[in-house]
Amino acid sequence: MITALLLSLPACAAAQNVPYISGGGGFITSTNGGNTTYIPVIAPEFVASVGQHLLVESRATILDSYFPRGGGQPGYKRDAFLGLSFLQADVIASPRATIVAGEFLTPFGTYNERLSPIWISNFEQAPLIYSIGTMSTASSVGGMVRGSAYANRTLNIDYTAYFSALSTNPQFNAKRSTGGRLSVYLKNAGLETGVSFGRLLQDTRENYSGVHLWWEPFNSYLRIRSEYARAPHAHGYWVEGDYRLARFGGEQSLLGRLEPVFRMQQTFRSAPDPEDGLPTADTRQLDYALDYHLPHEVRINTSYSRKLSSTGDRNIWQTGIVYRFLIPLWRGK
Amino acid sequence: MNRTLKLISASFLLATIIPVLAQTSAPHPDSSKRSKAATQSSSADAALGQKVFDENCSRCHNPPQSIPPQIVATLIRHMRVRASLSAADERALLRFMNP
Repeated sequence: MITALLLSLPACAAAQNVPYISGGGGFITSTNGGNTTYIPVIAPEFVASVGQHLLVESRATILDSYFPRGGGQPGYKRDAFLGLSFLQADVIASPRATIVAGEFLTPFGTYNERLSPIWISNFEQAPLIYSIGTMSTASSVGGMVRGSAYANRTLNIDYTAYFSALSTNPQFNAKRSTGGRLSVYLKNAGLETGVSFGRLLQDTRENYSGVHLWWEPFNSYLRIRSEYARAPHAHGYWVEGDYRLARFGGEQSLLGRLEPVFRMQQTFRSAPDPEDGLPTADTRQLDYALDYHLPHEVRINTSYSRKLSSTGDRNIWQTGIVYRFLIPLWRGK
Repeated sequence: MNRTLKLISASFLLATIIPVLAQTSAPHPDSSKRSKAATQSSSADAALGQKVFDENCSRCHNPPQSIPPQIVATLIRHMRVRASLSAADERALLRFMNP
């Protein structure tokens, strides 16, 4: 694959398919129950188009966490992390099908594939139900078929089906599983709904299911997104609404750069299960955020969350500054 | 051998010159109509591309403030895979972002 990539480089340079590095870098602070963690993070993404049918893409996450030692001890502990979120080859096999091989983000629901990058997500914290269907690793190693099954000017039906092998390699950590997603998008209404399914094929062999509903009216700055997911011993949902105040002087105005966000989430537990990653007791969480879009692809995120649970209520404060970059690997012609 | 070489060179020369001459030849009487139609078609393409962009790319994230022209095709291919765009949508986006 590397040889093919190198052989195609002269052709890339003459066209508009020059490889690029995109992604985001930032500094996040999170205060949970009085303890503050500081997280400098960078998430570069490499994308290269090879010929007419092949795309190679990869994203890494490099972060450092500085968190209180706890137990009455002063000072902070440091925990460094370097991991690949995905490293995949996408072969556009036909107008309706793309075959993906390698390590890829597990296609369950919408958050993992679409909203998890730090330069996209409105909140620094993932939803409580994030681990359902993503098999707690969020990545799979194997193959996937995806594409648009049917599309016209008003409708798009897309599908995804995958199989993952077990991988215990720290950089390609995945569980043996299978699953998929089917979505219907009504373009004129800005409405998308879909169902997801996942089955863990190791240990307890559990099934996971979910639905999602997004409403983003055309020519409006309102976005409402929601997901519901069910695991054998817990289920839950999140609903998120955001509205960029661009009506007041446009997107580049002082007020138009502001984006208030609200998220409501709940999880319900029917039996203890340390594997599913959800809270150990029924939990309700309200998240409020104010994001500010500065010039030059910089965004400031601030949020307050109130977590209500029988195990104890908590306040979570988060702030972050995120810079998004997009850099061609060479100039091209 | 020399004759064959000359024949190949002449064919190559003709193959290069003919398209250039065709492009720089006097305007055809219908060329203004064609040009108008092409402009209309191009603005229709741009409108369609804008629609595809609004309906798909802007749904998850704000578009980058500037996109270097040399990566447009790679970026759109990436979007096609990520957002499960149809082949027609990919073409419309390419025409819109790289008219």
